[in-house]
Amino acid sequence: MSANSPTQAASPSTATPLGATIPYERFLDCVHCGLCTASCPTYLETGDENNSPRGRIYLMRAVTDGRLELTDTVRGHLDLCLDCRSCESACPSGVQYGRLIEPFRVETQIRDRREGRTEPDSWFQQWILYGMFPYAGRLRMSLAPARWAQQLGLDRLAEKMGLVRLLPAKLQRMHRLLPPLKPRGAAIPHLLPAKGERRARVGLFTGCVADAMFHHLHWATARVLQANGCDVITPRDQVCCGAIHYHSGAGDPALALATANSRIFGAEDLDAVIVNVAGCGSMLKDYGHVAEEVAPGSQETAELLGHFAGRVRDVSEFLAELGPLAPPTPVPLKATYHDACHLCHAQQIRQQPRQLLSLVKGLELVPLHESEICCGAAGSYNLTQGEMADRLGRRKVENIIATGAEVVIMGNVGCSLQIQAELKAAGSSIRVLHPMEILDEAYKPAEE
Amino acid sequence: MGPSDGRPVTAHVRGPSLRDETETASVMMTAHEITRASASVPVGLLQELRGILSAAAVVDEPQRLVVYECDGFVVEKNMPDVVVFPESTEEVAAVVRACNRHNVPFLPRGAGTSLAGGCLPVGGGIMIALTRMKAIHEINLRDRYAVVDPGLVNVHLTQKLKGSGYHYAPDPSSQGACTLGGNFATNSGGPHTLKYGVTVNHVLGAEVVLANGDVVMLGGPTEDIPGYDLTGLFVGSEGTLGICTRLWVRLTRDPAAYRTMLAVFETVDDATVAISEIIGAGIVPAALEMMDQGIIEAVEAAFHFGFPLDAGAVLLMEVDGLELEVDAEATRMESICTACGAREVRRANSPEERLKLWKCRKQAFGAIGRLSPSYCTQDGVVPRTKLPQILQHIQDVSRRYDVRIVNVFHAGDGNIHPILLFDERDPDQVERVLAASDEILSRCIDLGGSVTGEHGIGVEKINFMSRLFSPDDLAVMGLIHDCYNPEGRLSPGKMLPVLAGCGNEHMPRRVPGRKAAL
Repeated sequence: MSANSPTQAASPSTATPLGATIPYERFLDCVHCGLCTASCPTYLETGDENNSPRGRIYLMRAVTDGRLELTDTVRGHLDLCLDCRSCESACPSGVQYGRLIEPFRVETQIRDRREGRTEPDSWFQQWILYGMFPYAGRLRMSLAPARWAQQLGLDRLAEKMGLVRLLPAKLQRMHRLLPPLKPRGAAIPHLLPAKGERRARVGLFTGCVADAMFHHLHWATARVLQANGCDVITPRDQVCCGAIHYHSGAGDPALALATANSRIFGAEDLDAVIVNVAGCGSMLKDYGHVAEEVAPGSQETAELLGHFAGRVRDVSEFLAELGPLAPPTPVPLKATYHDACHLCHAQQIRQQPRQLLSLVKGLELVPLHESEICCGAAGSYNLTQGEMADRLGRRKVENIIATGAEVVIMGNVGCSLQIQAELKAAGSSIRVLHPMEILDEAYKPAEE
Repeated sequence: MGPSDGRPVTAHVRGPSLRDETETASVMMTAHEITRASASVPVGLLQELRGILSAAAVVDEPQRLVVYECDGFVVEKNMPDVVVFPESTEEVAAVVRACNRHNVPFLPRGAGTSLAGGCLPVGGGIMIALTRMKAIHEINLRDRYAVVDPGLVNVHLTQKLKGSGYHYAPDPSSQGACTLGGNFATNSGGPHTLKYGVTVNHVLGAEVVLANGDVVMLGGPTEDIPGYDLTGLFVGSEGTLGICTRLWVRLTRDPAAYRTMLAVFETVDDATVAISEIIGAGIVPAALEMMDQGIIEAVEAAFHFGFPLDAGAVLLMEVDGLELEVDAEATRMESICTACGAREVRRANSPEERLKLWKCRKQAFGAIGRLSPSYCTQDGVVPRTKLPQILQHIQDVSRRYDVRIVNVFHAGDGNIHPILLFDERDPDQVERVLAASDEILSRCIDLGGSVTGEHGIGVEKINFMSRLFSPDDLAVMGLIHDCYNPEGRLSPGKMLPVLAGCGNEHMPRRVPGRKAAL
């Protein structure tokens, strides 16, 4: 081994060291107390401080300081981060971990492009992540054969015959994650009027993956909002929130999408923009920071995006603020609730969905051990970091099964895909639902 | 045997490293380089380690060792040569024996939350990370004990016990991250140890790998095991006597009821008098914590509890026990506080409010970041009745050195945590903070106290040992050290000073650093 031989500092040929765009105070906020470590899923799994928030901040700072080169090893530890922000909930010093790792990834990506490094994953990023996912229409069309195949039972046949294994590894994972696709209902009209007394006028954000796979969830959300006296506006030309791009380091496309959404929703007179997917919600709420990071100095962009971000509410957050009406119909189920990272850590929303569910007659909500530990979905992480995603998925499912619940409820479709696939793999019949699907049932008129 | 025969009191830095201390010192503190102040690890040892453990459990790439160069104490840094991740007692013992064969120092590490450099690999060597040994082997509610691995996070045990009516009592503020093995090594305390005692009162037995690789069992699940109380000896030995690989810990019944109160005082003096009066009245609160105005300001900014910003000090008080008795005790404490000049005494009205109060207290140190770019937390102890004197002294030191000092501490057991605020980029302030800290801790000793209540000696406070103890006291400790760790390869440079000095002169104290604390 090379003891006593210092690691080579970053080569001076790099014009600006990585991390240069990150205000240095953000590193200094970390006092190295280590209280974040046990909140980090990848540290819980590996016990290696290089895979802990404190360790990753230390690594990024060492790279920024020129003490360390961003080798594949260092990068591996940074890439293994789920960006679940559990550490931000645990940190007493208020370290903005997301605002360290995200701009750091953006810088890394830019450097890679500048230096002409081709990523081994580029076909996947180009065609699938960036080319298909952000477009609800393209995704919907590409899912159509899968929907037919499921209806005809061809998917299970392909699994049995081993045909699925002929697919590239990442497409195999996507196949595995594909939920039972429901027949797609009618498009949501531009305006769905409030039922009863009109209490608010809200916009509904439908996103890309969610709209293609969970269209029924948007309908459920809209009906629950209507039942609570909201006019629901669903702009047809809205686009993907940009989270997939931003979190994988593609800043410019993320900014373009953010700007488009801010303009489209800004054209409507709305009390709030409602989102039912935690991952999209935290991205939308973060648009102000996106403007700051990607387009520093543009006052106009900052104002447009900041104004939009200020009106975004998760649907449970919004209903809790508005004061939910009592749902009339019982939903007799034993259920447990999984805290999606992007709800509980990124948006600090924990009690609101539980409060709403507690209004539902007949629903018994039992606690879930490690409910705030990431399930491994983390946006597209389950496609790019398969092994860790699987480990965390199994850990989550073991905890869910131990509750004895019939249903596990969560406010993020990414988690739903992951947990559904893991439950299926574990041979469990526990159903995965969104709080709005439960509430939708509960707001149906009582049968008398 | 002893110092009289000219033998060094302790031999624990007699190990193979630290060859050239002056050179080491100059290399180590170079800011922008990654260096290791150590002898190189023989290739043979590395091969042996890879034979004992899986390849993935032996880390020697410098880029992956950087994060192990310090723990919660960031003033002094040094990288280990290798970090290993054993998963069983047998693996730990085999690693220890291999280190001995190759004459290379080694030390254990848990979560690395020590505030005194307890996990600092002085002289490099092999770091034995116990984070993958984290199982709960047995929970025996009827006999009230649990058998756990050393890498288990403190709060994970209590979470596992939730709903059973029992909990693990020692609750350091870092309990969300720190490990039970680390608690064992440092004899950790916490807010609720005023009534329930510190770690040593809750460890019934331990399996330990000694410095020579032998595995011994100390104590056990039953009470009053005959022979020497070696469990008591090993708890708090800061990893210098052996590496704990399994613990038998006591489980404590959850209190049937509790009352949590906040007493608001005009001055710190009034609050400290109230503390003495409460304890003097024979009340044993479950917790009794003080926060002064500076801390109140920071905590209020962070958590928005509704603390009065114009108060001189607040006491956070908790009593627990049977539903019938807690109200009477709470009322007595309220009237004592009022008699001592409290402006008001509030009760937490709901479990949520109680949790929020405790969150404010437990995370107070982190909130300090909002007051100042850098801070340094001290950890002194004085007899409770001397609290007014030491706090007066702290105010005096603050004035004389022109350093702002705020206070938050475990008032009930006289464990103070003055926090000195400064800017680490200003060398003059740094000097003043170091001098002020020394003066406060020296005063703690003069008042009959000590320089650490719960953070341990580690490398940080090693200079104070010869002021705390007589040469004879230290000689006895040295004998015990040498009995278990004669070659000094286990955790060198920790806790005990060598005869001529602290043994860490090669590590100059440059900056007090920014530290979060317990």
